[in-house]
Amino acid sequence: MLLKLRPNAVAEYAAGLPHGSMLVSATNGKTTTTRLLAAATRVAGYDLVTNTEGSNLERGIAAALLKGSRCADLGLFEVDEAALASVAASTRPQVVVLMNLFRDQLDRYGELETLVDKWRDVLDDLQAQSEPPTLVLNADDPNIAALGRGRRNVVWFGVDDKSHAIGNREHAADATTCRHCGAPLNHRVVLVGHLGHWDCPNCDSTRPTPAVSATKIDLTPHGQQMTLRYPGPAGSPVELAIASPLPGVHNSYNIVAAFAASWALADRTSRPQQAPAVARVMAETKPAFGRGEVVDVDDKQIQLLLAKNPTGVNQNVRTILSNPGELNVLVLLNDRTADGQDVSWIWDVDWEPLDSRLSSLTLSGDRAWDLALRFRYGGFDMDNVTVSPDPTKALDIALAATPAGNTLYALPTYTAMLDLRGVLTQRGHTAAYWSTDR
Amino acid sequence: MSATHTVRLCHLYPQLMNIYADRGNIAVFRQRLAWRDIGLEITEIGLGDVIEPVQHDLYYLGGGQDRDQNLVAKDLIANAATLQAAANAGAAQLYVCGGIQLAGHSYVTADGTELAGLGILDLTTEAGGSRLIGDLIIDATVEGMSQRVVGYENHVGRTHLGPNCEPLGQVVSGHGNDGESGHEGAILNHVIGTYLHGPLLPKNPWLADILLAWALEHRYKKEVALRPLDDLVEARAHDIASARASIKR
Ligand SMILES: [Zn+2]
Repeated sequence: MLLKLRPNAVAEYAAGLPHGSMLVSATNGKTTTTRLLAAATRVAGYDLVTNTEGSNLERGIAAALLKGSRCADLGLFEVDEAALASVAASTRPQVVVLMNLFRDQLDRYGELETLVDKWRDVLDDLQAQSEPPTLVLNADDPNIAALGRGRRNVVWFGVDDKSHAIGNREHAADATTCRHCGAPLNHRVVLVGHLGHWDCPNCDSTRPTPAVSATKIDLTPHGQQMTLRYPGPAGSPVELAIASPLPGVHNSYNIVAAFAASWALADRTSRPQQAPAVARVMAETKPAFGRGEVVDVDDKQIQLLLAKNPTGVNQNVRTILSNPGELNVLVLLNDRTADGQDVSWIWDVDWEPLDSRLSSLTLSGDRAWDLALRFRYGGFDMDNVTVSPDPTKALDIALAATPAGNTLYALPTYTAMLDLRGVLTQRGHTAAYWSTDR
Repeated sequence: MSATHTVRLCHLYPQLMNIYADRGNIAVFRQRLAWRDIGLEITEIGLGDVIEPVQHDLYYLGGGQDRDQNLVAKDLIANAATLQAAANAGAAQLYVCGGIQLAGHSYVTADGTELAGLGILDLTTEAGGSRLIGDLIIDATVEGMSQRVVGYENHVGRTHLGPNCEPLGQVVSGHGNDGESGHEGAILNHVIGTYLHGPLLPKNPWLADILLAWALEHRYKKEVALRPLDDLVEARAHDIASARASIKR
């Protein structure tokens, strides 16, 4: 509505922010990273205007600016991958954080390559500004690294700790050939999907050395401890311990990205970063809506792990497997617009490691029978599997199969999560999502 | 227990051409053979590899991103004669999505560049202005049998058939080869090309079994009976996909 009446509304409001705007985009982790970065910038004394999850297109950003730009001095916006061009053109950001690109909702975006090319155009356009923005880029994603190749004003971030490497690139890995010369890339270390330590055997393309990196990560089922290294005031590296309730190496990337962005902002505005305070607020930042949050249901718990795309679900599977004992799992697959109408992505997920650990598996959603086919052809023992397309019935079946004191791991697609939250809210187990803390 | 029969599958460029869950089609080949105590040997072909002639009964090529497909197109030509000879000898070949484009004579990109294909299927493809995306239902006819086949399509290419191959089926709902002709896919002897993914075979096991029967016939030079399987889950998923497609979304 606002954009219809005033097509330049975003540009007008954004231009009025004394410290300008920061943009965060990625296939996976942009919501969590924006939350962490919001905490890190607030503790450094900025008055933020920020958008909330699910409103990361230009109209959501316009609405946030309309509501909050008068008393704010800094904009922080999570941006949908496909909306980066229009949002960057109107906000003219000071800092741009680009974290990863994975295959995701192919029916909506076309191909990943197309997005990489669009992002390159965005960065070329921003480079022509009188003051080009600082780019905070993931050195471990070969596609993102290629976007920063030859540019100045880049702060590289990454994970140096190799101890959480998986044996091979996941099946769903996309960046397998060199953007520069086309040769197959050599991945020495794979951490998440195609993120890791890589180089090209044929040309000089290689993983840039990150300025901000996780040098040591200790994972637990309920979070992690990290040693983070970054450039101190004199340019010499400084180490900082960060604890976080966010599980998994994928969240290590989110933490490092948020810290790197707050460091880049401090460098740009000459206002101190307050690193120890940043570490403190990160320790207090809980999982975002559906990204690992735990809901109590009588004498059991449900952990909600949003299932968006193969790389994201592979991380969820790793998180679930880090828990001891037999596992009870509920997967819900919808194919509505917000989920992606093409359900073929479930075949790219590496579900197989779950098979030997499952006590029960319940399958639900509009396309529950497609899930059943995925597990049947994955060689799962189908005697442990119950198919119930109705989410309420499926929840009851899955909870009944989960022993008292145990956790049910629920992996819903986006609209299935809204359905599931609806049932849990109705039963008084959790607050409605629009009133939960963000 | 050792298998009395084995199918030899040649999987073309699995590292690059795998974008629309092509892995699911391979899983269907493997499991439907395993459930019948028939073995599957897979040879994976990558950039620069040479396909050994006569050594495979079943060939599979899936879809990839434009950039990867262009890399593959250049590489594939070196193996064209081997693949054509295999098709002539009755080996089964399935080309899905980007695969059907590469199996044809040529692909003309948006900027007018013409890429040569294998020429195994009599068809040509050119890039269109928009992507053809959505649920796709066809009535397919193979070996005189007709069946409803469901899946999903997502392609910018417009494919036109020449006189020397038949469409795999007629579009019931969706776009098909070019969004105009009502044709979907192509079939010539034991070679099938199609835009249907989802992936194609899990919800359409009938088609999987035809390809496996051709492959076994190629290997053993006689018909090898395939025991019927309980395809209840397949049928449920097929019917739900079919119902979803008839809702205009
Ligand atoms: Zn290279």
